[in-house]
Formats: sequence, C-alpha cells, structure tokens
Amino acid sequence: MIEAYRPYTLVAELTYRCPLRCVYCSNPLDYGRHDRELDTATWRRVFREAEDLGVVQLNLTGGEPLVRDDLEALVEEARRLDLYTNLITSGIPLRRERLARFRALGLDNVQISIQDTAAPASDRIAGLRSFDRKLEIASWVKELGFPLTLNTVLHRENLDRVEEIVALAERLGADRLELANAQYVGWALSNRAALLPTREQLERARAVAGDARQRLRGRMEVLFVTPDYYAEFPKACMDGWGRRFIVISPDGLVLPCHAAHTLPGLHFDSVRERPLEEIWRDSPGFSAFRGLAWMPEPCRSCDRRELDFGGCRCQAFLLTGNAAATDPVCRLSPDHGLIEKAREAATETQPTPFIYRSLASSATRSERWGGLGEERRSLPPSTK
Amino acid sequence: MDASSRPRLAPKARLRFDRKSSRYMLLYPERGLVLNPTAADVLQRCTGERTVGSIVEELAQKYGHEPPAVEREVMDFLQTMADRGLVQAAM
Repeated sequence: MIEAYRPYTLVAELTYRCPLRCVYCSNPLDYGRHDRELDTATWRRVFREAEDLGVVQLNLTGGEPLVRDDLEALVEEARRLDLYTNLITSGIPLRRERLARFRALGLDNVQISIQDTAAPASDRIAGLRSFDRKLEIASWVKELGFPLTLNTVLHRENLDRVEEIVALAERLGADRLELANAQYVGWALSNRAALLPTREQLERARAVAGDARQRLRGRMEVLFVTPDYYAEFPKACMDGWGRRFIVISPDGLVLPCHAAHTLPGLHFDSVRERPLEEIWRDSPGFSAFRGLAWMPEPCRSCDRRELDFGGCRCQAFLLTGNAAATDPVCRLSPDHGLIEKAREAATETQPTPFIYRSLASSATRSERWGGLGEERRSLPPSTK
Repeated sequence: MDASSRPRLAPKARLRFDRKSSRYMLLYPERGLVLNPTAADVLQRCTGERTVGSIVEELAQKYGHEPPAVEREVMDFLQTMADRGLVQAAM
C-alpha cells in the first residue's frame, strides 16, 4: 500500500445513542438503522488492526461514547497500543470518579462540546438541560490534569458571541478551542434555514477569533472553521476520500467519513466480516472516490484537484443528487447557484423552528442521508 | 525561552515512535507532526529538568557542530513549538 493512502486517525463512533438532541448533529438522519453496536472485544481487535495499518490517533466518539459502560476497557487497549486517544463527549452523563479512572488508564485528551455561553441558549440547541453540568465537568477535566478541548459549533444564533465563547474557554482553562461552523449536511441541512449565518456575521466572528488566536498564542490554540457555504473553494473533506481517516460506525461499517453509509449505491464492509486492512485496501466503497479518476469536470482539469479532492461527496449528493458531482460550494461548480441562493435566503431573517435530532423526526424524514454537522475533522501529521 | 529555560512538552503533546516512517511523531489533539531526527533529538530532551543550554551542549557534541550555531537553531525551533503551544518552559 502506498503511503498516499495511510490512515492516521481512527474515528470510533462507539454508539449513536446520545442524551443530547443537537440540531446539527453529525450522525446520519437514519441513525436508528445502525443500532446493533459492536462489542468490546471487536472494538479492541479493531484498534489493534488500525494501529497495524498506521493509525496513531484515536477519537472515541459517537453519539455519546460515555453511554458505553465498556469505555474503560477501550481506553485501556488504546493506551496499550500507544494511540493518542481523545474522548469527544458532551460530558453527559459523567461522574468524577469515572473521569479519574480514564485519567489513570492513560486517556490523552478530553473534548467537551459547549453549545453557547449561557444555559438557556446552549440547552435550546442541545434539546436538554446540560449547560451547567458541562461547565462542572470541564472544571473536573482540568483539575484531574487532562488537557481540555472545548468545541462550539457556530451558527447564526451564537456566531455574534464568539468573544464570550473565547472568554468562557479562558475561564475554564481550555488548552484548545474549536470554533467550528456547522456544515450543512445531515441534521444541520434539515435546519439550514434556522442555522445558516449571514456573511457579515461570519466575517465579524472570524476577525474576533483571529484576534483571540494572536492574543492567546502559546496558551490556548484557537481554531476557526469556516462554513463551506461561505468558502470560495471546498475543503479537502476528510483530507480526501480514504486517504487519512477511517470512520467506523457503531454497527461496524468501515467508512471514509461520518456519513458515507448514507450515499446511495456504495457498498461498505463491516469489521464483523473482514479484517480492517483488507477493507481499507480494497472495499468498493473506499475505492469509489479515491484518487482522481472518478472526477468530473471542472475538477478533473483543475489545479486544485489535489488540494481539495473535489470537496465533500455527501454535500455533492445532498444538493445535486449525484455523489460524484463537483461539490457545489466550489464557485466553479455548475451547481454553485444552489449555494448562492441559500446565502441569499440567510439575509432574510425569519424565525424558523428547529428540528431536533430524534428517532421520531428521523422516521418522518424521507431523506436517507446524514452529515458532518459537527466539525470533527482532524489533520494528518504534516512533515516537519 | 532562553538558555536557562527548562522546556518540557505541553500536557497535550506526546512523542511516539512511528514504525512505518521510522521517525518520531509529536502527537496532540487531532494533529501530529512527523519530526526530522534533529527535532526529535531536541524534543526528547524537553523533560522540564534540563536547560536549553545543556540540551544545546549535548547536541553540539553529538553532531560535531559549534554550540552557537546549534543554539540558534534549537532556540528558533523551541520558540516555534512554544508559540504553537506544544512546548512550555517549566515553572
């Protein structure tokens, strides 16, 4: 296997269960179809196989990974394999003793999501009273000596409060702050009218984040992730299909991204049936959009084709019905008008009710696709 | 960061030897750096106990270079890493 396709990060989505109901959840809309969760022994085997393939980073996520009562056993195995292990959590439900156990077992980093800077607004997005509890848990994370990442997904309701979010992160002693704009796939697409900010909001927030990054340099890392809808060119989604990331769904499907299993016509294999190495190397789902051969114009002859790899396949499918289309966020895409129209609509303010993530709202929606609402991308190691 | 500083890795950063590339990696949340051998030599010595001066001295000897040149490079590198929040001067 050539180095171009080495996985560095395994995103282990241990469960789609979650006490929160965030309106931009990155789990697929039809998450209920994937509820036959892998057992402890299978996950541990998968971690070993992943490490063998070259994985050095492990994100334990979901859903809410804390609802798995075998998380201790998984952290233990990850540490034994010397994987850099990051727990990505809402913080609910967590007792201090359990967090201390994770510390003793060698968990490297804890990432907690905060939806806003005060309880009413934060709880409204999460669909659950959780804000005060989250702050308490964030303080335990620091007291126990963990590095703390705070993640806030940004959208039109909280984008004007980035300064306050930064202040909260400072107060909590965060080592890293992810200010990640929602990306409009999956649940966030269902709520796009309520969530998509205006360009003015975005530019103000970007400037505030930039100032904070300068001021806090060396103390707190401040990341600001632009929504694709306001970018000129798409991002290299997952650093390119099947190049750097492996995502495994709760029921064991091995995927290039969080929502690939919602794209029609692709076959993905399960770790229950084949070794991870085989799946990575030659499963048809991974091969589908690897490299450049699948690309249509204008990607195929574009100078940027190896920078953005054509953008996000899920976004292309959701907006055009064709997963192999150029990502419409690209200004060169023939479908870019769809994005311009959505941006225009964002300038007209009308209160729009949220659709909360739930099995019931999942069942009433005809779409079979999901998304990447919560920013969880990570970058591969860069060569020093 | 000066010659008497005692640098150590930030709590979020961890070194790991990578079998595939035969290099050290510095891992931190969601990211990592593949280190060249000299960078790895420096970071392995960032224990919070040793001073920059003593690290420079040892590396100058190891590589057979003049200490002032090594010091410049080590300081530049450590400052870059400190700005990125990956190395701290121990209290």
